[in-house]
Amino acid sequence: MLPDVLKEHTAAAALDAAIPGAITAGHAERNEPTLWIAPEQIVEVCRFLKDQQRFVRLSAITAVDWLPADPRFEVVYLLHSLERNQRLRLKCWLTESACEIESVTGVWRTADWYEREVFDMFGVRFRNHPNLTRILMPSDWEGHPLRKDYPVHGHKYSYQDEQ
Amino acid sequence: MRESILHTDSITATDATLETVGRIASPSTSKRMVLNMGPQHPSTHGVLRIVLELDGETILKAVPDIGFLHTGIEKQCEVKTWQQAVTLTDRVDYLSNLSNNLVYALSVEKLIGDIEIPPKAQWMRVLLVEFQRLNSHLVWLGTHALDIGAMTMFFYCFREREDILRIFEMFSGQRMMTSYIRIGGLALEPPRGWQQAVGKFINAFPSKVDEYEELLNSNPIWMRRTQGVGFVPLEDLLDLGVTGPMIRAAGLKWDVRKDEPYSSYDQFEFEIPVHTENDVFARYRVRVEEMRQSARIIKQALEGMPEGAWQAAAPKIVLPEREKMKTQMEALIYHFKIVTEGFRVPAGEAYQAVESPRGEIGYYVVSNGTSKPYRVFMRTPSFGNLQALAPLLEGRLLADSIASLGSMDFVLGDVDR
Repeated sequence: MLPDVLKEHTAAAALDAAIPGAITAGHAERNEPTLWIAPEQIVEVCRFLKDQQRFVRLSAITAVDWLPADPRFEVVYLLHSLERNQRLRLKCWLTESACEIESVTGVWRTADWYEREVFDMFGVRFRNHPNLTRILMPSDWEGHPLRKDYPVHGHKYSYQDEQ
Repeated sequence: MRESILHTDSITATDATLETVGRIASPSTSKRMVLNMGPQHPSTHGVLRIVLELDGETILKAVPDIGFLHTGIEKQCEVKTWQQAVTLTDRVDYLSNLSNNLVYALSVEKLIGDIEIPPKAQWMRVLLVEFQRLNSHLVWLGTHALDIGAMTMFFYCFREREDILRIFEMFSGQRMMTSYIRIGGLALEPPRGWQQAVGKFINAFPSKVDEYEELLNSNPIWMRRTQGVGFVPLEDLLDLGVTGPMIRAAGLKWDVRKDEPYSSYDQFEFEIPVHTENDVFARYRVRVEEMRQSARIIKQALEGMPEGAWQAAAPKIVLPEREKMKTQMEALIYHFKIVTEGFRVPAGEAYQAVESPRGEIGYYVVSNGTSKPYRVFMRTPSFGNLQALAPLLEGRLLADSIASLGSMDFVLGDVDR
């Protein structure tokens, strides 16, 4: 549900009215409006915000790993409206067992590489993505580097194995 | 062996390789040729591989393959203290390290909340970041012109760039990896005599820009190779996440410095150059005009530089003066705490965007209340811009691809992080 601090926020209020139940929580700390969205409604929400609320730009998509919390992953969408000179952050919680979410490449084409990056780094899968492959790491890489249980230094592969 | 299929093939990519890079229709059915451009190619300005499918001279499909320079900077940030991570932000983009320092410092300061950066530090940040813009645009102009065949430009641009690097060295002791903008202000007190060095450069610079324009604007080869080349509609550019001079050359007047002013940019007078032709030539003109505007900002910063402190009055975050550290118990304790443990940043998240020479650079910083960043996400302009590569090249001539690629002004370190 929409928190009181965001009742005055045009886009958030309009979204809450148009798609009831999509917003599960929200805050406006540091003047940065943030909404938690139910993962199954993310495409619908993004489509509404782009078409009806003029958030024509998607700045980026990223994720945060909150190990050992459950749900573990937070996928973050950074939206930007040039007309209103406003930024909006959408977030979705994903559990480790079902870390899958619908792709928003149909809404903004720029989501393509950002979703591939999140997949590569966190192992979050995006359903209906046109080409969900690794983007920064080699294609046969094992593991997802930005997960908190991935070691910072070294990898299980060592030069001894090669000899 | 852990060799990737992507990195082992030679000039002609096999069907299997293409399958992994993108979805090009099997080339064996027609007389189409698949050409592997890069990863080591002078005109890609870094380690970028592009798989091109050609029909004669025309590019049918272009599939960029990135990641060769991935160094895991975002992961490394998570094991450094907040202040130590500044040095990593330098390494993201070797042509705009001060912009990266600035956006990181601003985002962490936003997260800290109750920290006030004194006006002198803010203005000094603006001055240095504008120098960074000049530096980056000069390197771009020199190498871009070199790609297209105007060799003289390269020497002219690098002559001025050298002066800028000397100024950076004067301030920070480093020519490129400056780490000069820190959380809470600047790393060091501005050096004695900086006004003279900056003044000497900035008074002479506008005439140098005239020189560049004289060399290029009346050069028929330059004009024919850049005008009308590399057009992509504005809506597509926006949808693909393009920012910075490329989008301003397409007619959109959007600059983070004006629309979401940071670090007292609202106190400076400057214009946002916009062109509507949306080709390689327009991008060149936008960047050259930006150089003039940057010079204007630097001049204002030089003349109106406020007096006072260059670091915030935040003893828990900013290191104490050397003298105080040696004579006062309290300062010694703060010094010890900051150096050994680092300072704690309240839990929360913040996103800060600034206008780098290449476009919107934004850091999304998450803290869990400890002395190390929990997550630092870098929304780098080159990564966003590079997605427009395919529409920029496809259906055009192979020879134009060099001009189009150059006009995007990406840095591969910035793409791969």
